Amino acid sequence: MQMRIPVVSLLLAIAAAVLAQSSPVLLNAAGATFPYPIYSKWFDVYHQSHPGVQINYQSIGSGGGIRQLQAGTVDFGASDGPMTDEQLAQSKVKVLHFPTVLGAVVPTYNIAGVSAELNLTQKALAGIFLGTITKWDDAALTGPNPGVKLPSSDIVVVHRSDGSGTSYIWTDFLSKASDEWKNKVGKATSVNWPVGLGGKGNEGVSGLVKQTPNSISYIELIYAVQNNISYGKVENAAGKFVKADLTSVSAAAAGAAKNIPDDFRVSITNAPGATAYPISSFTWLLIPAQIPDAAKRDAIKGFLQWMLNDGQNYNEALTYAKLPKPVIEKELKTIAQVQ
Amino acid sequence: MSSTTTTVESAAPPKSGPRALVRRLRHRDEVAHTLTLVVAASILLITTLLVYELWINSSLSRAKFQWAFLWTKIWDPVFDNFGAAPFIYGTLITSIVSLVMAVPLGLAAAIFLSELAPRRVSDAIAFLIDLLAAVPSVIYGLLGIFVVVPLVRTTIGPALINTLGYVPYIGTLFRGPNYGVGFLTAGIVLGVMVVPFIISVSREVLLTVPREQREAALALGATHWEATWQVVVPWARTGILGSVFLALARALGETMAVTMVIGNDPRIAASLFAPGYTIAAVIANEFTEATGDLYLSALVELGLVLFLVTFVLNGLARLLVVATERGGGHA
Amino acid sequence: MNRLRLGWRKALNAIMLSLTGVAALAVVSVLFLILGYLIWNGGKSLSWDFFTKLPKPVGETGGGMANAILGSLKLLLLAAVMGLPVGLLAGVYLAEFGGKTFSFVVRYTTDLLNGVPSIVIGIFAYSLVVLPVKHFSTLAGGVALGIMVIPITVRSTEEFLRGVPGTLREGAMALGASKWKTIATVILPAASGGIITGMLLALARVAGETAPLLFTAFSNRYWSSGWSQPAASLPVMLYTYAIAPYEDWHRQAWAAGLVLLGIVLLANLGTRLALSRRGAVRSI
Repeated sequence: MQMRIPVVSLLLAIAAAVLAQSSPVLLNAAGATFPYPIYSKWFDVYHQSHPGVQINYQSIGSGGGIRQLQAGTVDFGASDGPMTDEQLAQSKVKVLHFPTVLGAVVPTYNIAGVSAELNLTQKALAGIFLGTITKWDDAALTGPNPGVKLPSSDIVVVHRSDGSGTSYIWTDFLSKASDEWKNKVGKATSVNWPVGLGGKGNEGVSGLVKQTPNSISYIELIYAVQNNISYGKVENAAGKFVKADLTSVSAAAAGAAKNIPDDFRVSITNAPGATAYPISSFTWLLIPAQIPDAAKRDAIKGFLQWMLNDGQNYNEALTYAKLPKPVIEKELKTIAQVQ
Repeated sequence: MSSTTTTVESAAPPKSGPRALVRRLRHRDEVAHTLTLVVAASILLITTLLVYELWINSSLSRAKFQWAFLWTKIWDPVFDNFGAAPFIYGTLITSIVSLVMAVPLGLAAAIFLSELAPRRVSDAIAFLIDLLAAVPSVIYGLLGIFVVVPLVRTTIGPALINTLGYVPYIGTLFRGPNYGVGFLTAGIVLGVMVVPFIISVSREVLLTVPREQREAALALGATHWEATWQVVVPWARTGILGSVFLALARALGETMAVTMVIGNDPRIAASLFAPGYTIAAVIANEFTEATGDLYLSALVELGLVLFLVTFVLNGLARLLVVATERGGGHA
Repeated sequence: MNRLRLGWRKALNAIMLSLTGVAALAVVSVLFLILGYLIWNGGKSLSWDFFTKLPKPVGETGGGMANAILGSLKLLLLAAVMGLPVGLLAGVYLAEFGGKTFSFVVRYTTDLLNGVPSIVIGIFAYSLVVLPVKHFSTLAGGVALGIMVIPITVRSTEEFLRGVPGTLREGAMALGASKWKTIATVILPAASGGIITGMLLALARVAGETAPLLFTAFSNRYWSSGWSQPAASLPVMLYTYAIAPYEDWHRQAWAAGLVLLGIVLLANLGTRLALSRRGAVRSI
């Protein structure tokens, strides 16, 4: 009996605190983990300058973004694997793709005693992930890396366990690098991996690589940088070993930028050019073409405007490249299509 | 009937006439009865609705794969080919490993608590072990990642590989690369999680074994251990078995702790060091991202399979525990 | 020959009995190990910021889990409001009114519901509450947790009601009280201590549940106002941070673990101690 009064007042206090919070426009979004660092920065900065808009983004993987958008449980999604023609056809709402940043997927590894940047050929990467190359001292790896002492340990492959745009970019690249991969596994946000451990999100995979000796995986560049995980140079279409950075990623996008299709869905992996980084990609926000709620529609359009102008200034600090000018201009015009 | 109520009402202070009072008394009883009955029935409604939703939402997958779903080894979202076998395997293996760890340990501790420890010490320790049962799964997972995984990778794993790995037959369980995550680690974490259940129920059951049984054995010259192991424990064996089933049912449904340490790879592998996947873990990881209705339906079907298995096991467990409490479960 | 055998039997006796002691010690020490790790790692990271600040953008250090703490409280409130009355009334029915077969069916179903893995309950709440309205919400998470609270509450309510001595009942009836009046004014108050502890234990149990929240309440980087927005919760944040690579997030995960475990253990300790002072303690 006596316990009741304080308990009830506590409950009332919580209820009051909850109700007293003002209600800005709340947008729920979900999707790719690839751009999560820049998105979380953007949404935070945008909220501070536009307190009336609050964007809650959950990084659950590109597959999740596409799924939740189609289920209607989020206001917009995010994915680094553009929706396929079938997915667009099946979708009950028309979806517009808006590229946001350019990023790179890098092969990261944690080999005891090796801190050098390994040169990784396309065939070597395909072989490792197919399970045909199993030891770190395999000829395909030691050949291009003469000065490095690679151990004869087993390679521990780590891949994504969730539906991932990063996986899409990686498998897209591997499909171009190896016919065996293309026929056996294919490219998608979620594939039947021949070997390896699964981690959840770029975050989970980075965590696993950091803790598992002799492991290799593929993650977005910023995750490798922020967590001091070694990553290698990748052989590009021109046969050169290129390291992922702002210049090489922008070089990969340069060719596609001028002729980007109207729906912005394009793959820039294995792009031509001596300096291009071969595993680069755009990443997209998936915005429904019809948004009935006026407040939400204006909030989203306002954010897109900001993102294409001021937002781009935050990219480089987090190692994402800015969008090419022609792409930005085209997108600004496409915003009008959101109604 | 009415005569007793008339005598009651004449003793009670009159409010607005005897008949009205009776009506009100009877009415309130009925109201209480109906209200509580409706609420109790709502539990049936909720459970039926749950089974219904599981059934309906898995219809796409059940229609396409039929019974083959249970033994198909492939889980391929790209080509829309789904099978439950790797997850059933993973769920079973991790549960078996957990029991192999927890049953001897738990039974031994329960014996200590019921036979050797003085009552007050036994109660205090049983209390502490109950606290262990209250620790949330995600915290076991947290400790799993940062304590058990490195332990398995650096200490336990190599120890097992160098000893049991050479024994014929069992050896295959302990060969192959050791990542730290995998079936064994998940089994160990699960074992710690279910041991309190085994101890708690077994201890209670052992405490109900009649004194005379022990004393008879001791009178015949048995040592304390012999009396315990050959007389007391067999007497309580159905209850102990019930506790094992309870523990198993709990282990099968564990999600968080397992998904954090099992490696998340839908593959059937002989080695305990290999990464694997369980039904609960794959649902947790892939549910929000199942692109495609068939994919989602397959995940719900996995949920249905898990539900049915735990349903059967729990039923068996309850039967066994009740049987011991009633009959003494001997011979 | 007999002496040798006797010696062996005595030795075996000593060995096995001490092994059982070792086993009990090992299990108990696990509890202290868990506590120790959490206090050591979590204690270092517990700060005023943790309880008052919102999460920071990915990769930046600092921030806290204030929204997750509030979210968990809101979810518990919902679970309590939805699940406790159902459990209480159903328990009253089983102990006081039940007919034989119907009671058996209800008890069996309650046990069944208790055994359903929490992830499956999450699927159920998703199809029931999230899909029709098309968004994740605190309400959906509350429904999932509420369903889990029901079986635990039913069991403990029924047990403690049954535990009230028959003499009390008969005394009330002899004084002319109707069935309902007996229950409301005599039996329930007598069992109230046990029933309330049962309720608190049920809430403590669901406070740590993560799986059913993954696709119902989802998560939120901000405060979640009202009941129809996704909400962050301690267990889900713990999970998200624990599997990530950022050291700062690991730090916060330990702190969250300490807070969560602290709440759960306090509830369990407090209620069980209070119960044991009254009489028999029923375990699990």
